[in-house]
Amino acid sequence: MKLAKFVPLFALLVLAGCQHNLPPAQFHADGRPAKLADWHMVEARDGKLELNAGVVPYSLNSHLFTDYVHKLRTIWMPKGTAAKYTADGPLDYPLGTVITKTFYYPRAVDGKFDDVARTLDYSGDFAGQGLDLSSVRLIETRLLVKRKDGWTPFTYRWNDAQTEATLLRTGDVLPLTLVDAQGEREAFNYIVPDEGQCVECHEANMHSRAIQPIGPWARHMNRDYDYGHGRENQLEHLAGIGYLTGLPKLSEVPRDANWRDPGASLDARARAWLDINCAYCHNPNGVASVTGFSLGHDTPENHKLGLCKSPEAAGPATGGRLFDIVPGKPDESILMYRLASTRPGTMMPEIGRSTVDREGEALIRAWILSLKGNCDIVR
Amino acid sequence: MRKTLIAVAFAAVLAGCNGQQAAAPQNQADASFESKLQEQLLDAKPGSVIEIPAGHYHLKRGLSLRTDGVTIRGAGMDQTVLSFKGQLVGPEGLLVNANDFTIANLTIEDTKGDALKINHGRNITIHGVRTQWTDGSKTSNGPYGIYPVKTQNTLIEDSEAIGASDSGIYVGQSTNVIVRNNKAHGNVAGIEIENTVDADVYGNTVTDNSGGILVFNMPSLLMDGHGTRVFKNHVYANNHDNFAANGSAVASVPAGSGVVVNSNPKVEIFDNDIADNQTANIIVSSFYSTNYASKTGMAAGYDPYPKGIFVYGNRLKGGGDSPSGLEFKALKTAMFGINGRFPDVVWDGYSDPKFKDKQLPPEDRICLQDVSGVLDADGPGGYKHPSTDIKPFQCTLPKLPAVVLNPEPKL
Repeated sequence: MKLAKFVPLFALLVLAGCQHNLPPAQFHADGRPAKLADWHMVEARDGKLELNAGVVPYSLNSHLFTDYVHKLRTIWMPKGTAAKYTADGPLDYPLGTVITKTFYYPRAVDGKFDDVARTLDYSGDFAGQGLDLSSVRLIETRLLVKRKDGWTPFTYRWNDAQTEATLLRTGDVLPLTLVDAQGEREAFNYIVPDEGQCVECHEANMHSRAIQPIGPWARHMNRDYDYGHGRENQLEHLAGIGYLTGLPKLSEVPRDANWRDPGASLDARARAWLDINCAYCHNPNGVASVTGFSLGHDTPENHKLGLCKSPEAAGPATGGRLFDIVPGKPDESILMYRLASTRPGTMMPEIGRSTVDREGEALIRAWILSLKGNCDIVR
Repeated sequence: MRKTLIAVAFAAVLAGCNGQQAAAPQNQADASFESKLQEQLLDAKPGSVIEIPAGHYHLKRGLSLRTDGVTIRGAGMDQTVLSFKGQLVGPEGLLVNANDFTIANLTIEDTKGDALKINHGRNITIHGVRTQWTDGSKTSNGPYGIYPVKTQNTLIEDSEAIGASDSGIYVGQSTNVIVRNNKAHGNVAGIEIENTVDADVYGNTVTDNSGGILVFNMPSLLMDGHGTRVFKNHVYANNHDNFAANGSAVASVPAGSGVVVNSNPKVEIFDNDIADNQTANIIVSSFYSTNYASKTGMAAGYDPYPKGIFVYGNRLKGGGDSPSGLEFKALKTAMFGINGRFPDVVWDGYSDPKFKDKQLPPEDRICLQDVSGVLDADGPGGYKHPSTDIKPFQCTLPKLPAVVLNPEPKL
């Protein structure tokens, strides 16, 4: 019944969409295709960034901060395959799944190519199935591809003409300037990651060294999305088009808070922000497991969450503060010092940003202020 | 002592850590060297040997490797230098997550974060590697020079660590480790063995750090350590100002410390030459005297008392004449006079209250032989009732077995 309900919708979507004769989306089982266009997932056509048939956009309840960049996320699976629902971790994606994430900025009002808008408003970016290239600055499109031997990352850097994106394994640095609605400017270096850095964040388990997607988990995707013909829950949408099996009733699916949702509790918003921004490393099996400091949604509220905990190896990045988190005292918490820094070696996350997430910082500050308890020294 | 340290560290942090630094210019040769090396690391297969020829290379991005069985080899510590002075993307110089890894004969310089970090891996060999911050000993230097963490069967030899703002050579949460014939100077800690099981530290020359060789257990990490032998080292004049940022474990170490055991059980210190460390040649202490011990922050089961410590057969000379920290200065003057000195061993006086008024199990005692004396500083009593009674320390302990690397490292 569910399927019957959504098939017509999907047909409508395809009709209304803009896959103007794109060759079918393609999974490459090996090799390193030189151009993003070799995959036929997202392509620049006629002044728009378009999604191919079967390439489904999605969003997350809370997202990783990357210098205020906006991200267009898509997912595609080979014909006849589907992901299996999992309550925790990434959905169990089939061989051949291609996840893309296109990093772009809305352009600043001055229209200069290297001036980009600092805005958390994503609502106007993506109408229906296209991204209007005259109003955005495309930076890069990253792919995670599920191959026989596991997920494989690729980064494609867009050219200045915004016509094609080319594989870049060794990273890049782009000097850009963020401009906010009041005209305040902040120059920064946008860092395109190298292949080694992709893995630093996506390596979920230090023992297996397997890499995995960070965003497309049930708890992060359990939200509505505007598909251009009305809003629909993303997981139900995936199930409806045959991309997801085993989805339980939505009331049984976990859902992380949107960190900017004023209707959610401060604790839920802060923990969702920490989870998506930190827990890919700061989890009991992750890169930062050696710190004994976890920031997952399920980390108990004790020393494991950094409460009154001495840092393992922060060195000067303690900022002279004693503990990871001091309840009620953000300015005595190492966490705040590192969120407020942009210096490599001091800042957290360690890579992936060159500016401070001001709104995220304010949220975590308010959360630490709300925590009860103290770190009194015992002798 | 604590206040001074906080003030010094804070000033240093203010001076050293603000904002982004402009990137040093990178010429075309450096840029193509960097991308080639990155690609070699990305495409390495088990058995690959990556040779880096002689040269002084400027890199902008931290390097990483996650393939097993790879060897990285330079032309010599003085010949092959990877400089990260203009590092934009970091924080490490080289980050490794792999087994059967060997790195030899090169220098890693001026990284924003740690110079060489190996996070999770078996059979790690580090030979003839220098890590250095070239602008002197500064709080804004990266924390660790050579830094294996959560590794097994690890050898660090014939290497040199200079200028780290935490520890020059830092082995954390690892098992079966040998650290031999290295040099460490100008760091806050020369060599630190932390939360590590079975380590042999020998033949090293450790001088001009704030603390020479440290054997620590910190709370709430993945594992607790025990079983470290410190022998045949030269540990002298580690009197450098402590320039660590407060909050880090080594910030609690008084400048002028030779060998320090903190909260770590089963440590044997023998056959070393230890001299002229102005706070004390040997310190045995508890996490409680670091001033970081908060009830909330310590995992249940963490034992903050050093137990089963055996010191014997060392050649000890000088030292203890100008201790750091107000409490220690006052204590020294009160006990030994303006021109006096602490005896060879200072113990902070914290012992497990579980055994109060009871005999400590023999294997948990602190046993001191061949030393000029001991000072029980009475930390728990606020340094009010110090004692120099050596009697409670006159004992012997079974010797620890030597660490055997298996498989044996090949170069």
